[in-house]
Amino acid sequence: MSFSLVKRWCETPLLGRVLQFKMYKRKIQNYNTTYTLLRHRWMKSLPLFSSSFKRISTQADKDTIDLSKFPVDRIRNFCIIAHIDHGKSTLADRLLEMTGAIVKTEKNKQVLDKLQVERERGITVKAQTASLFYNHEGQQYLLNLIDTPGHVDFSYEVSRSISACQGVLLIVDANQGVQAQTVANFYLAFEAQLAIIPVINKIDLKNADPERVESQIEKVFDIPREECIRISAKLGTNVENVLQAIVNRIPPPVASTHDPFKALVFDSNFDHYRGVVANIAVFGGRVRKGDKIVSAHLGKTYEVNELGLLRPDEHPTQKLFAGQVGYIVAGMKDVKEAQIGDTLYLQDQPVEALPGFKPAKAMVFAGMYPMDQSEYPGLRSAIERLTLNDSSVTVQRDSSLALGAGWRLGFLGLLHMEVFNQRLEQEYNASVIVTAPTVPYKAVLSSAKLIKEHGSEEITIVNPAQFPDRSVVSEYLEPMVLGTILAPDSYTGKIMTLCLNRRAIQKNMVYIDDQRVMMKYLFPLNEIVVDFYDLLKSLSSGYASFDYESAGYQAADLIKMDFLLNGRPVEELTTVVHRDRAYSTGKAMCERLKDSIPRQMFEIAVQAAIGSKVIARETIKAYRKNVLAKCYGGDITRKMKLLKKQAEGKKKMRLIGNVEVPKDAFINVLKRKEK
Amino acid sequence: MTETVTRMISHTLRAARRAFPPGLRCFSHTSGGEIIEDVFDWAGSLRLTKQASLYVHQWPYCLRRCSYCNFNKYIPRKNNGHIMTECLKRETETLLQFSQVSCITSVFFGGGTPSLAHPSTIAAVLETVSRQANLSDKAEVTLEVNPTPVGMSKLEDYCRAGVNRFSIGVQSLQDEDLKILGRDHSSHQALQTIEEARRLCPGRVSVDVMFGRPKQSIDSWENELSQLLRVCDDHVSLYQLTLERGTQLFKQVQRREVTVPAEDVTAEMYQCARRTLHQHGFLQYEVSNFARHNAVSHHNMSYWKGRQYIGVGPGAHGRFVLRGEGGVAREARTQTLEPEVWICEVQKRGHGTRRRIQLSHHELLEEVLVMGMRMNEGINHKHWELFSPQLGLHEAFGTSANVQELLRSGRLILDDRGLRCSWDGLALLDSILPALLVELQRLSETTKKTSNT
Repeated sequence: MSFSLVKRWCETPLLGRVLQFKMYKRKIQNYNTTYTLLRHRWMKSLPLFSSSFKRISTQADKDTIDLSKFPVDRIRNFCIIAHIDHGKSTLADRLLEMTGAIVKTEKNKQVLDKLQVERERGITVKAQTASLFYNHEGQQYLLNLIDTPGHVDFSYEVSRSISACQGVLLIVDANQGVQAQTVANFYLAFEAQLAIIPVINKIDLKNADPERVESQIEKVFDIPREECIRISAKLGTNVENVLQAIVNRIPPPVASTHDPFKALVFDSNFDHYRGVVANIAVFGGRVRKGDKIVSAHLGKTYEVNELGLLRPDEHPTQKLFAGQVGYIVAGMKDVKEAQIGDTLYLQDQPVEALPGFKPAKAMVFAGMYPMDQSEYPGLRSAIERLTLNDSSVTVQRDSSLALGAGWRLGFLGLLHMEVFNQRLEQEYNASVIVTAPTVPYKAVLSSAKLIKEHGSEEITIVNPAQFPDRSVVSEYLEPMVLGTILAPDSYTGKIMTLCLNRRAIQKNMVYIDDQRVMMKYLFPLNEIVVDFYDLLKSLSSGYASFDYESAGYQAADLIKMDFLLNGRPVEELTTVVHRDRAYSTGKAMCERLKDSIPRQMFEIAVQAAIGSKVIARETIKAYRKNVLAKCYGGDITRKMKLLKKQAEGKKKMRLIGNVEVPKDAFINVLKRKEK
Repeated sequence: MTETVTRMISHTLRAARRAFPPGLRCFSHTSGGEIIEDVFDWAGSLRLTKQASLYVHQWPYCLRRCSYCNFNKYIPRKNNGHIMTECLKRETETLLQFSQVSCITSVFFGGGTPSLAHPSTIAAVLETVSRQANLSDKAEVTLEVNPTPVGMSKLEDYCRAGVNRFSIGVQSLQDEDLKILGRDHSSHQALQTIEEARRLCPGRVSVDVMFGRPKQSIDSWENELSQLLRVCDDHVSLYQLTLERGTQLFKQVQRREVTVPAEDVTAEMYQCARRTLHQHGFLQYEVSNFARHNAVSHHNMSYWKGRQYIGVGPGAHGRFVLRGEGGVAREARTQTLEPEVWICEVQKRGHGTRRRIQLSHHELLEEVLVMGMRMNEGINHKHWELFSPQLGLHEAFGTSANVQELLRSGRLILDDRGLRCSWDGLALLDSILPALLVELQRLSETTKKTSNT
């Protein structure tokens, strides 16, 4: 079986196959990258959006689709990968239309992107599956398209999808050329040893330069330029060629209907009425309604109530056969019962479980608190519901003196975090305070007592308040990422300076054509979590693209920094920083605090301190006069209102020593900077 | 015997309190004009609803707009002096009837530019007042004056109409600054107007000056003050220029065409003025008011002391009990802003009240506190008892940690006399008041709970 499950450490032996790929080799040799496939699953789209699908039944009538007519050699499983906005979803729309899965109308825009956040941001965060029927040289083929997220934060989603595929369409914008995410996505497909069909999209644009993009593809990916297909997904130009290439260049899945039934759960959604709806790829045999199936992970037995194809809506059938992709409803009540990566088999025909997936690790943490503590229960249920379908988000209860009760949530990356917040706000109407993101540090303990206490020598620190003292630690470790930056070469200098300031180490720099440079840097994750991407975008006038992948942990000189108001520490502001960045971070935080705390009747010293040593200070001067000079005409209403508002605000002030701090002062300091 | 009476009174007050804050239906025999010091809360309570001061937003028109002013004023389109006069009379009549006050203790004609009004308008309004309530000859009747030649020429006629005190909007003695502020007079005209006013009402002339003006420095302010002290009478009102949204000056500052002194500089200007005026025998009796030879403004004092006032004219504000309509609680009333609309309303229904809000006892106490603390003498125990017979100042504020901190720092004083700001504290009043208001609210919530159970 050559279904290559993408669960692996990236190791050199992989390389021997398929293509000679120099850069890729170098990358692995240099950093011994541990490529962990991030586990990530997005919730089922809301009913609100799923109603926007129009199906037609011109092809086989829904009840009479005989899937047994599609032997393995007439099945192709593929996905589309691309940098953001390169036209992945538009191509998917066209493929759906041309194969009759949806009616061809003007309205088909990002049909597979159902979430509001997906449509607004033009990104896909949740994989979707669509089975297409395609006639080619007199034969009918079953093409299973698995639409995948473009961003590497969601690469777990991508890799899961890839695991059910034998080929990918790698879309590149004919104007923008190869971008950071194109590279990252390429690696995923490449590692999975999939057939790669490069597709150059948007050739209808005025500035399209497909020749240049072809040479980039040749140079970066070592794919002969002749293999590229030039299309305009928007106009439908050459899309037929893409369909032909899918049939001709992507191998059929290796699976036999004669084997015992064996299926991989590669995605799952939760439906309030039917329970878990699992998306499966059938690796062998067949399954039908009424079959008793077993989940290898839990060993529990279920009866298949419903199964079918996704076109992209659910389309019930009687059976699913080896090599096919579809959905199954089997009375699983809890989303945990359908573990992604789990293997399903028939009750009386046990099989060896498929390798499955490695759970994703949260890389970015942020505190989330309700705007008002009375909104806590509402926010709790919103977070619960949202995480129900996105188990990659880790949830830990947390509380802060300034912000009250809340949670510390772990995300796969920044975009993941932003998307989560946006969905929380849009789909659950929850307003939240989000603190500045932090990363999980590690400490290697030296004290035997502490090791015993924690049960291990190495501990992970998510909350800076729990940062162990230097005296009990032999080494601190910080998470690293390997960042890929693609930009026109005129910005190289500025980008290098920015990276240098972020403690990054350059690993590689290649011209992918005569103007564009691809740079690879090893970054401490901490240095890119807040504003790196925004800065990169603005200093390159939007031309630079950036992506990163996890690169393990490295020893680092980390210190805990406290912030003091008139000598009193403010617990919730405690931060872990690298020693080299202590002063600049401390200074910046003090300045922000100074701007957020109103003047009072006495002077306030705002200090950043490491241990007992103050390293930065700002002073908030005392009020010398604060009284409204006139109250004329007896109009005191306005003044009263103002004073009462202040009195009301005063009650909500947090008192640190004798300093009154408005709640939003810490919020301003803690929360991510607005863009 | 005395004890029984007191108990009776406090009983009555307690009974009345929830429904109607201090006020008893008895007669008082105060002669108008003199402010009787709070000798006995019984008489004081009576006075609260039986008398009021009258504010007349007399002339809502100006010849031009000052660049800093967002007050209710209009550039007149036509001469409607006659209609205005009729409407002012009518509204005065109506509101006096509503309030059922027997005595008007002072009248203040503000604006706008009241000195644009014909003296006969002033006379007509005062006559209306006298017809309905006791308005003593001694009662303070102030008119705001713009120190223009036209204004000056009418001062004598105003006196004849019944005005006995002038408040002159000098603002600045620097001609260049007057131009930036958009004033329509010169410093020379201001000096002349002061002189003429002093001749007519010796000892009863006030000058308004403004600090924190564009480009002003501490030195120039000091010079200006000493120049002013050479010519002024016994009363000075000191205002800090506040940038109000929507004014021309606000826009100019935003566009950085004009800069105003920084906070620290204006704070120093204020302190410097306080010191200088003090050295010249002026007592700061309120945050922005200074008087010597006991020339305090009675009208202003009745605001600070939480007494009733009736506001007549477009955009005027009032605080009084509508006893004529069977009211028991004090109301905050705002008259319609736009003169044309206000005129229509007065013609139609006798008054142009746009907004009426009944003040709860708690809200009344809040106002008493906020206004009272503006005074140098603060709130004495009798004054407070008048409004809060059950809970004394010590009980109300003495226990709070916040207040204790203020007392410790020497910014606030709570003693046998009452509650007041220290010299330093007065300049920081707006930082002190929220703490007091929080305390007051806590108390009011506790009282509510106890009275509910």
